[in-house]
Amino acid sequence: MVAKARVKTFFGNYLFVLPALGMFLTFSVYPFFKVFQLSVYQWDGVMPTMKFVAFSHFKDILFRNPIWWKSVWHGVYITLLALTFQNCLAFTLALLVDRGIKGRKIYRVIFYLPPILSGIVVGLIWNWIYNGDYGLLNYALKSLGLASIQRAWLAEPKTALTSVAIAHMWQGFGWGFIILLAGLQNIPRELYEAARVDGANTWQALRRITIPLMVPVFVLVSILTILGCMQIYALIVATTGGGPGYHTEVPVTRVISSMLGQSQFGYACAMGIVFGLLLLTVSMIQIRISRRIKQE
Amino acid sequence: MRKRVVFLFCVSVFLSCIIGFIGCVRKPEKVTGITVWYWMTDRQDAFIELAEIYEKEKGIKINFELYAPSDAYTQKVMAAAQTNTLPDVYGILGEKRVFASFIKAGHVADLTEEMDAENGKWGGVFFSKALDVNRFLPDNQFGVKPGIYGVPIDVTNIQVLYNKALFRRAGLDPDRPPSTWKEFIEAGEMLRAAGIPVLVSGWGEIWLIDCFASNYAFNIMGEEKVIATIRGDVPYTDPDWIRVFTIFKQLSEKGLLAQGVVTMVNKIAEQIFANERAAFSFNGSWCVNVYKGMNPALEYGAMLPPKISEEHPMAIWGGAGSSFMVNAKSENRRDAMEFLKWLTDTKQQVFLAKSTQNLPSNKYSLTEIPPILAQFVDDMDRTTHPSILPVAEFPGVTEALDKGIQSIITGEKTPEQVAKEVQNVKEKEMKSQRLAR
Repeated sequence: MVAKARVKTFFGNYLFVLPALGMFLTFSVYPFFKVFQLSVYQWDGVMPTMKFVAFSHFKDILFRNPIWWKSVWHGVYITLLALTFQNCLAFTLALLVDRGIKGRKIYRVIFYLPPILSGIVVGLIWNWIYNGDYGLLNYALKSLGLASIQRAWLAEPKTALTSVAIAHMWQGFGWGFIILLAGLQNIPRELYEAARVDGANTWQALRRITIPLMVPVFVLVSILTILGCMQIYALIVATTGGGPGYHTEVPVTRVISSMLGQSQFGYACAMGIVFGLLLLTVSMIQIRISRRIKQE
Repeated sequence: MRKRVVFLFCVSVFLSCIIGFIGCVRKPEKVTGITVWYWMTDRQDAFIELAEIYEKEKGIKINFELYAPSDAYTQKVMAAAQTNTLPDVYGILGEKRVFASFIKAGHVADLTEEMDAENGKWGGVFFSKALDVNRFLPDNQFGVKPGIYGVPIDVTNIQVLYNKALFRRAGLDPDRPPSTWKEFIEAGEMLRAAGIPVLVSGWGEIWLIDCFASNYAFNIMGEEKVIATIRGDVPYTDPDWIRVFTIFKQLSEKGLLAQGVVTMVNKIAEQIFANERAAFSFNGSWCVNVYKGMNPALEYGAMLPPKISEEHPMAIWGGAGSSFMVNAKSENRRDAMEFLKWLTDTKQQVFLAKSTQNLPSNKYSLTEIPPILAQFVDDMDRTTHPSILPVAEFPGVTEALDKGIQSIITGEKTPEQVAKEVQNVKEKEMKSQRLAR
């Protein structure tokens, strides 16, 4: 009787999981394998027939497509800026709010506003800030007597990518802030009190308690930053469209351009796989490094 | 043994769930009437009104379904083509190559017979250039059966607009806009001296750069040489192509381009011109409606891009603005064709032109268009378009050319460097094509 009830519970549980499993298989697993299948075919996305080309798309992407690698570098550049400046700013602000400064609830809301805006809206805001003729930045520079460095920030090869990266950091730092703040608030307060009793100053408490205990949170924030930055798309479309020239092209704009602009679905899928593998490798390396740091 | 039973049970439950799920999915109700997918937001009200009139007149319901912006529309049409769920009538956005794939996949009905019936009664009402965009010639490079596969709903062409008030302010004659490149440069310098930004255009959208460049390619080297270049018989490093690229260098060096033009989308460029912050704009005939909305008091005229050479005529991009295709697999094919005939009839075209300020595709419907649109109509015979040329350039080459021009404007590259880079891409693409064959 007990065995029968156990079997019933067992199947009952599986039955509840089935719809979710079905959805997962249909909308996640199947497309995942389909992308692999398409990547070895030449297909324009419309014709019912495809031509098998084996790994020639991968060969072309890896060895004969400098623009692709340039776009990857642009993604890496935006990511590096975000990992350093954006996350440092997020951590500093999280520390301040965690210390219980006045009006911390308002700050929490304000800092979290940019991430909930869509990339297109952020792009439009920063387009106005960076505009060469009537932009806020140029106006501020002129007011400060720095008119000589005024320019169309998004249209010049030397400044376009960094300008986009700054806009992206502005949009993204709120995520890091919220996660880091949650991490800080999880650290038991007794540890700080004990350290203070032992004569530790603020800097020592930060170095010996806060930072070591925050390592898992740093890893999480870093991985999210890498994934978020490398997949930047809407902001690029709303600000530069990948230009001037190829100066703000990023991997996703290249994938979209191959797929819709040039009707090369197979090639675009191969790009997607190469890009996915790159991100996977970086994330795995990062997890391994953070584990080592934690052990030390 | 027990594990196997459990496994088999799970599999059977899973399969029955799937079968049950499929069985429970409500079959889509058969839509009565004709379904039309479109992307032109500015025509929504007019289309709905026309659909009501058509239903009253013919008793057939027209379901106009708007999907915008055009990128999202393109993706929807592509996905529908892959799943054979295209509507009765739809539009294909993109290059002729894409259009050809839709035809070869059996998604587009051949309208040649309908167009030619009764001595070309239907086909004869259109501007010939508008029909050419939907026409596939014999021995076309795509291997499509020659014929007409789309119905132009409106026509367009892209010209240079100039602001008459700003002309007066700079001491220029608003009734005599520059017609040669030399005059244009001189006018630009006068405008600049008066503190007026000269030319604005959405060259962040690379197709507009392509358009400007190919206008001058036609003017400098003529149509035959342009086609020879696309065929691969003339390299992009040819001196005539260098001359084309040099135009952009000259515009940039003389400071005749509005700030940030290389990353500017056309909507912003339209705002700048409408707000009288630039004297010239390079834009299409749809701008009449846009400027009317942004600044009804704007005083402007249209002119051909100022020519550089007297050897060949100046060609401008144009032809069909938007076209509709009939789904060859639709059960309502015949009704769809009849509806499109009605939609392109003079009365409906006059209504569309009047309410949307777009140029009608029916050449007998020009009675009630404003004078500025009439200026665009006057130059319809000069129009050309990549879709009406007998050969098509590789998309990768077009991208390299347009992005290269952006680099010339920013002063990063010379015309010669860009020509060499474009030629390298061309050779790579031609090699890949040879290998594929």
